[in-house]
Amino acid sequence: MTQGGTVRVFVPRDTAARSLGADAVARAIEETAVERGESIELVRNGSRGLYWLEPLVEVEVDGIRHAYGPVAAAGVPGLFRAGFLAAGEHPAGLGPTEAIPYLAEQSRLTFARVGITDPLSLEDYRTHGGYEALAKAVELDGEQIVEIVTESGLRGRGGAAFPTGIKWRTVLGAEGAQKYVTCNADEGDSGTFADRMIMESDPFVLIEGMTIAGIAVGATQGYVYLRTEYPLAIEIMNEAIGIAEAAGLLGENVMDSGKSFRLEVREAAGAYICGEETSMLESLEGKRGMIRYRPPLPAIKGLFGAPTIVNNVITLASVPIILARGAKYYQDYGTGRSRGTLTVQLAGNIKRGGLVEIGFGKTLRELLEGFGGGSATGRPIRAVQAGGPLGAYVHPSRFDAPLDYEAFAEFGAMIGHGGLVVFDDTVDMGEQARFAMEFCAIESCGKCTPCRIGAVRGVEVIDRILSGVDEAGNLVLLKELCDTMVAGSLCALGGMAPFPVLSVLDHFPEDLRAR
Amino acid sequence: MSNKPSGNGSDSSAALIREIAERHAPRPGPLLPILHAIQDELGFVPSEAVPIVAGVLNLSRAEVHGVVSFYHLLRDTPPGRQTLYLCRAEACQAMGARDLERHAKEKLGVDFHETTADGRYSLEPIYCLGNCACSPAIMIDEFVYGRVTPERFDALIKEA
Repeated sequence: MTQGGTVRVFVPRDTAARSLGADAVARAIEETAVERGESIELVRNGSRGLYWLEPLVEVEVDGIRHAYGPVAAAGVPGLFRAGFLAAGEHPAGLGPTEAIPYLAEQSRLTFARVGITDPLSLEDYRTHGGYEALAKAVELDGEQIVEIVTESGLRGRGGAAFPTGIKWRTVLGAEGAQKYVTCNADEGDSGTFADRMIMESDPFVLIEGMTIAGIAVGATQGYVYLRTEYPLAIEIMNEAIGIAEAAGLLGENVMDSGKSFRLEVREAAGAYICGEETSMLESLEGKRGMIRYRPPLPAIKGLFGAPTIVNNVITLASVPIILARGAKYYQDYGTGRSRGTLTVQLAGNIKRGGLVEIGFGKTLRELLEGFGGGSATGRPIRAVQAGGPLGAYVHPSRFDAPLDYEAFAEFGAMIGHGGLVVFDDTVDMGEQARFAMEFCAIESCGKCTPCRIGAVRGVEVIDRILSGVDEAGNLVLLKELCDTMVAGSLCALGGMAPFPVLSVLDHFPEDLRAR
Repeated sequence: MSNKPSGNGSDSSAALIREIAERHAPRPGPLLPILHAIQDELGFVPSEAVPIVAGVLNLSRAEVHGVVSFYHLLRDTPPGRQTLYLCRAEACQAMGARDLERHAKEKLGVDFHETTADGRYSLEPIYCLGNCACSPAIMIDEFVYGRVTPERFDALIKEA
């Protein structure tokens, strides 16, 4: 892609890279290039998700991208002096990007383009296989598309792991003059950023996936319910939707198929509960995010009472590659009933934090030690919270468990949205248990008593235990309270907030004691 | 979420609020977009907006107030010139967010949901900015910062 001696240089524009100074690095590169009379084309790509290396600068030499990182703005003149535009040697040099083991050992299917392309270049997207799937989909009928998605074994990546094909089939078969496709992009679990990365780094893949879903089930309107905490993702998604509309890829006549699909971003407003699908629908309707009783299922009676697909970002973004390459291709990754790839997010106290997309079945240890390189502080890892704030704290004795939905469920843990939050041995697990209840109290929608009152009582009981008031009696009470919340709550918030607490009681009881 | 200070008199605010409500009213589920648009313009959703929006959408005041009060990131009081959002969630906790929270509160002399006496900063908790591999994270208005030590926090608010 080098034209007339112009070298392409890449500096990510995603939130995490920018949070570590990528904008200043980009400016410094442009200014230094001008000073030195070097001709460069600066591309603000998405992030590769190797976050310990951000800001990660890449330069394309003879069609191969070479990486340098982490780069600070102050270090940019040194990079030029070392001849990085010709892939020259430098202490921050990492060699060809694709050969970095962290990346080379992944199976990037859903994230195939992430970090490689300019997120808002439709040309880039198409050059890398984008819109091949939609071109196929417009030639198929809804039944055929649903069949391919079902066969692929894709399960909802938002946390509940419900088979996507079955959900789509229900919407396809439901009666309704108007149907909807909604994307749950209220990625509220701590330790997760895969949705954000897709939306910031490859927005067209989500748009394409939603368009395919719409065409499959006969929905003409889609909504991306996107969290306020992600201002850059909102901006990029809105721009990408505008570009897709202008190119005839959204609107009245998608790809000249005569089929219509419109898409709109709706900004959330900072309520964790709105990641629960029925709360999200209430919120989209402009109401308080109170959960709904089920049945009816959203697939039958969802947004504005119409049949509605509710899928997570990663689920929808996985659809294009399934359509483009076929169900079998996707299904060949994975193990047992967990097919395809899982996007693991290594977060918290981890040396090499980032995005790891791999087939299901790798062990936690391979993730934490192999990819992650152990804790950031260099201290022993004491606990890993898997699957977000409602997920259990996993004890190191379980680190050889394979990452698959069923294997995790066997010991009371969950993969959820794939976030792994690592804690070293300085963590106070009593505090973590307390926070689980505190968070539930802050975020409860208030509809059911076990969650609304139970979480508040949970904080109080834990405070009593920690301060030495009737420790034995309050420990019994805490277990009973957890049972009540698990059995009696209407949705996963109250129903699962006790899981981290129970995991502390089971595996780290020494921290839930009077002190 | 931009926090433009409200320099308008009450009359012009009321006209603006009505104009925003009427502009979005034809959309399906218009209430959240309306409240966001009001907050983008005024920095918060003033109590006077509630009856105006309710009137335009043919909702009760209670329904509109209920929505404003439900969502953590809609506010009904004017913010400081800048809003500092500190992530309190687990990935940030694992990297020192509790210490950072103590430091920030002490440094600014305010608790969460409060604004400094000079009107410069509002301090808000937030539960995940999606920057969990670069913890702890904070957001100043709409810009996210990663690996924020207490020292970096001090430097950032000096710049901000």
